[in-house]
Amino acid sequence: MSEFFAMGGHGFYIWVSYAVTALLMMIEVIAVIRGKRTVEKRLARLASAPSRQ
Amino acid sequence: MALKDSIAWYHFSAPKNFYPLAGKVIPWFWGLTIALLLVGLYLSFFVAPTDYKQGESYRIIYIHVPAAWMSMLIYLVMAIYAIIGLAWKVRLADMMASALAPTGAMFTFLALWTGAFWGKPTWGTYWVWDARLTSELILLFLYIGFISLQSAIDDPRRAAKASGLLAIVGVINLPIIYFSVQWWNTLHQGASVSPTMAPKMATIMLTTMLIMTFAFWMYTIVIVLMRVRRIILERERQTSWVMELFGAEASGEKDEKGERK
Repeated sequence: MSEFFAMGGHGFYIWVSYAVTALLMMIEVIAVIRGKRTVEKRLARLASAPSRQ
Repeated sequence: MALKDSIAWYHFSAPKNFYPLAGKVIPWFWGLTIALLLVGLYLSFFVAPTDYKQGESYRIIYIHVPAAWMSMLIYLVMAIYAIIGLAWKVRLADMMASALAPTGAMFTFLALWTGAFWGKPTWGTYWVWDARLTSELILLFLYIGFISLQSAIDDPRRAAKASGLLAIVGVINLPIIYFSVQWWNTLHQGASVSPTMAPKMATIMLTTMLIMTFAFWMYTIVIVLMRVRRIILERERQTSWVMELFGAEASGEKDEKGERK
């Protein structure tokens, strides 16, 4: 199992590359979901507020 | 009846109609993204053989090349939406361009990062001012310029105009990136896969890379659709359909202003 992660000595480069890719994609997904949720909350407050400008 | 009339092209170019459509297809694209990623990653590590020359470090190709292809493809699609937005004043096109930029910038950064981490073991350096690397770095600056223009200008119309022009001007950089390896034969290797000639890669390696590319494509579609839905809500918040969506009673006095293209 360990030689799998060693990747012929180049493990560091390979796993860091895949980790950074996975990390950035996850961060982007979370950011987009949270972004949409905040807009929806604001609109819900806006819509329910009686004095809509 | 001409095709043009049979399919209501304009139906889905209105934010009000595009919003629910995007909502319906997003789960499907998530399924495709995850399935392709799982298959692609399994192939990348457990099926694709070791490279006779580079050993294992070449496995970075399975994210490096898809990310680089996506960085260029997304920029091209962004520029096309910018042109549509500028030429025909289609608000949804401006929104799509804004939605594409962050993902394009991410893939450009990833292409540079994974390239550097592949270069270290094979070239012995993380960075060199090579034609391909430098033009890809310029692409990253173009994306950052586009995004900062978008956020710096409040009025969406003016922001779309300014960033759209930048996007269109920046398109010249794409052929430079693509042909850089041939024009300036510097360090970066030439295209092993190109539409004009047979791939110089083992079939299994090529298949793995293409699956990862489709996975990144599906990921881009789903993340951009999610982001454009948020942008639509933000920019169309004054329209009655958005208000109704969030529970406001159907207010008569606000006409279908949102519909005007």
